[in-house]
Amino acid sequence: MSIFLSPLSLCVALLAAWGVLGLLGLVRPADTRFVARGLFPLGALCGAALAVAAGAALAMPVEREVLPIGLPDLPVHLRCDALSSVFLFLLGASSAGISLFAAGYFRREEGTPPGLLGFQYHLFLAAMGFVILADDAYSFMVAWETMALSSYFLVITQHRIPEIRRAGFLYLLIAHVGAIAILLSFGIMQGGSWRFTFDAMREAHLAPGWAVASFALALFGFGAKAGLVPLHVWLPEAHPAAPSPVSALMSGVMLKTAVYGFLRFAFDLLGHPVWWLGLFPIVIGLFTAVFGVVFAAAQSDMKRLLAYSSIENLGIIFAGIGLAIVFLGVDMRPLAALALIAVLYHTVNHAFMKSLLFIGTGAVLHATGQRNLGQLGGLIHRMPWVAWLTLVGVMAIAGLPPLNGFVSEWLLLQAFLFAPDVPRPFVNMLLPMGAAVVALAAALAGYVMVKFFGVVFLGQPREPALAQARDAGTLKRLGLAWLAAGCVLLGIFPVQVIGALQRVTRQLNVGALSDTAGSWWQLVPLPDRHASYSPIIFLLVVAAVIAVTSAMVRFVFHRRYRRGPAWDCGFGRADARMQDTAEGFGQPIRHVFQPFFSMLRELPSPFDAIPRYRVVVGDRIWGALYAPIEGVVQRAANAVAWLQQGKISTYLLYSFVTLLVLLAVVL
Amino acid sequence: MNAVTWITQIVEALVALTAAPLFVGWVNQCRAWLQNRRAPSIWLPYRGIGKLFMKDALIADSASPLFRAAPYIVFGLMVTAAAIIPSMGTRLPFTSVADAIALVGLLAAARFFISLAAMDIGTAFGTLGARREMLVGFLAEPALLMVIFVASMISATTALPLIAERLATQDFALYPSLAFTAVAFTMVLLAENARIPIDNPATHLELTMIHEAMLLEYSARHLALMEWAAALKLFNYACIGFALFIPWGIPPGEVGPELLAASLPVLAAKLAVAGAGLALIETVSAKLRVFRAPEFLASAFIFAVLGMLVHLLLEN
Repeated sequence: MSIFLSPLSLCVALLAAWGVLGLLGLVRPADTRFVARGLFPLGALCGAALAVAAGAALAMPVEREVLPIGLPDLPVHLRCDALSSVFLFLLGASSAGISLFAAGYFRREEGTPPGLLGFQYHLFLAAMGFVILADDAYSFMVAWETMALSSYFLVITQHRIPEIRRAGFLYLLIAHVGAIAILLSFGIMQGGSWRFTFDAMREAHLAPGWAVASFALALFGFGAKAGLVPLHVWLPEAHPAAPSPVSALMSGVMLKTAVYGFLRFAFDLLGHPVWWLGLFPIVIGLFTAVFGVVFAAAQSDMKRLLAYSSIENLGIIFAGIGLAIVFLGVDMRPLAALALIAVLYHTVNHAFMKSLLFIGTGAVLHATGQRNLGQLGGLIHRMPWVAWLTLVGVMAIAGLPPLNGFVSEWLLLQAFLFAPDVPRPFVNMLLPMGAAVVALAAALAGYVMVKFFGVVFLGQPREPALAQARDAGTLKRLGLAWLAAGCVLLGIFPVQVIGALQRVTRQLNVGALSDTAGSWWQLVPLPDRHASYSPIIFLLVVAAVIAVTSAMVRFVFHRRYRRGPAWDCGFGRADARMQDTAEGFGQPIRHVFQPFFSMLRELPSPFDAIPRYRVVVGDRIWGALYAPIEGVVQRAANAVAWLQQGKISTYLLYSFVTLLVLLAVVL
Repeated sequence: MNAVTWITQIVEALVALTAAPLFVGWVNQCRAWLQNRRAPSIWLPYRGIGKLFMKDALIADSASPLFRAAPYIVFGLMVTAAAIIPSMGTRLPFTSVADAIALVGLLAAARFFISLAAMDIGTAFGTLGARREMLVGFLAEPALLMVIFVASMISATTALPLIAERLATQDFALYPSLAFTAVAFTMVLLAENARIPIDNPATHLELTMIHEAMLLEYSARHLALMEWAAALKLFNYACIGFALFIPWGIPPGEVGPELLAASLPVLAAKLAVAGAGLALIETVSAKLRVFRAPEFLASAFIFAVLGMLVHLLLEN
């Protein structure tokens, strides 16, 4: 009886239920109604239940299970501790909103038949769940690869378009390069015991050199999945290619499995790494954060913009992980706990807000058929539900109080401000500069989000066709509202969230913040610093001032108004095309951060009959890093191409020689 | 926390609310004197706001509800900021709601809404102003945060009232880092409040305006609230500056009515000097081209970073 009630069994059952829902989709693959209206809401229900089960598991001690499935002598080890619970919660809660939205989203005309799409989608969800629960390298890698493959097929849903196939291939390639690095890292971690359970890795004592090597491989492998620079190139290609709910899952949840993997690796399996190893994630993460947000500002495709914004957020998360490693390495446990809590908090926040924004773009895409910012505008009049719910996500990701994005950035900044206390010369002077970079990235995120929201939803429609745009249906609204509610709740109840996240830091033996200070409405993470923040009071006071002001204006004066045309400076022909374009809004950033971009400009000459201006903004890293690698691979391929003669007799000769050589080796 | 402190808190916010237009009037008066013009009445901002409240609002056809809500939101955020900033007492009940970082977040939220409202109508000026405002903001905000970080590293807290209290009560010491950050803060104050050399509050010259471009479509009570909020913003920045750099005179500890009455003249004196200084800066400097604004703000940021480095190198 008890085995059915344990949260771990419940989670496994729910993940299996996702699998079953996926298989059900294959029964009637062409029936859009059955798959979208029937299976996806059930999947959302499973997600919500998973979030509840994971919440329950967070309060319980560590649970393990060994399932005798898979290859002989390689049973699947599962383990659910506080860290897994947090990520399972994130997976369940945000996928519930996304699946609800997807129920209203998928239509017949998408390339892959809906049943197959539903199968890939639910398999993807279940695989992410098993990545989080896996407790041996074998099942971890199987789940990891299932996740990569199912998402690859989801990315190439519209596989008839060559760019999408290309984006999918790039994604698959980098996913596998990363997976190889993770595999090698596990190979080092087993430390000569040749047992690949995570328990064996926890017990293994690695020589310092090997520990560093496995850390580097893990950073590379998980960094490839997380989109750290320079391994970020797949992200802005794959996210726009996928259907919106899939982009939301990839950006909101799948990138977090990389965070999970790296946390599991650095704080659990490897024990506690040397302090200076933390500097690498900090430097790479901070650079990634600025890089991502600067490129986000220059984009004119909604989903590419959000993809670059994800790169920024993952950069901030990895910088926080590095900071936690540094603090832990010099035995400043409460600060390590603070940094780690900031990381986990931001991870959960980003899952909610980025999923919300991606499905918001999905709603816009469906209503208008446009992904290009230059052809949108004024949608707040036509799609008020989508616009106002998206505004919540936009404010959250711009890091504005009282929403959730602010809380985690606040915690991370507090952590960086303690860096001068690190007892290592030079490092303690350079680390606080990280706070400056985080502040810069956060402020730039505000710029990007004003551009995103302002150009898409505000102003006048840039195309006449936008006047026909219709607001999202009930299921889509529910999905958006679910995620927006998550953003608000995570923002105004930080004390409760941090209380839950402390279970993770305690279990990882990182320590915890002191619980004595503050109350249920006031967050005081470090009592000796007196830094406090109470979002509920803040929200109430702002609301009260607004209400009083509005009432005063109404009763003391009046509320009369008239409508009229906007002021056009006497020009008389002002139209929607005179608004700032997305490119125009990004121009100052391109100007200020010119060294980041490789720009190709075609300027018109004064004598052109039809003047033409074109600018292509590219990524320098392609030319600097990937083009040489591609060249080497190409040359190597050409060099061995002579083996391919096209004659069967030659190939038989190869086989014969190979056999001879092998026989010679064996005998 | 008794009733007296709460009343004191409300009085503090009301003082900010009423004194903010007066401060703007004072700056305008000083500037007129310095420029050899006849000064307008110091009460002119009140009359302007009062007149605007009486008028009927004219709203553009393409305006959404966001456009009409934004003045109330921005005004509400600025009043809340005024309550959080320790201008007349450090132990007021509301000062613990948000520390200095949250205060910067609050100001960022106000900027966010004013920019969105500017983009809402869909005219060339509105979006142009919004873009420039965000351009100024994304550089000014980290610079302001760095200024606050230096002060909070010196005083080991990010709570603004405690920073003021500790800087005011400790033994007198020279902080070179604070000198750097004071320069950075002044530059941020000029940029954030649409002052020369970044913006000119006195003109509507189309090619260069930032703040006024965003308000171009507002009229009547909405414009009144926006202007009042802008005055409050200037007042708030001045009070942040006082708390960080000249905290003397802000009464530490629990504040009652008598202490409040004592701190009011000190605040008035500081504001008078700061206003005159602001007018002087505006008179002796020329407006920069918009393209040069990032350089100006980047140097503010670098000054703040230098301040932090100086603190870490010399003062630890």
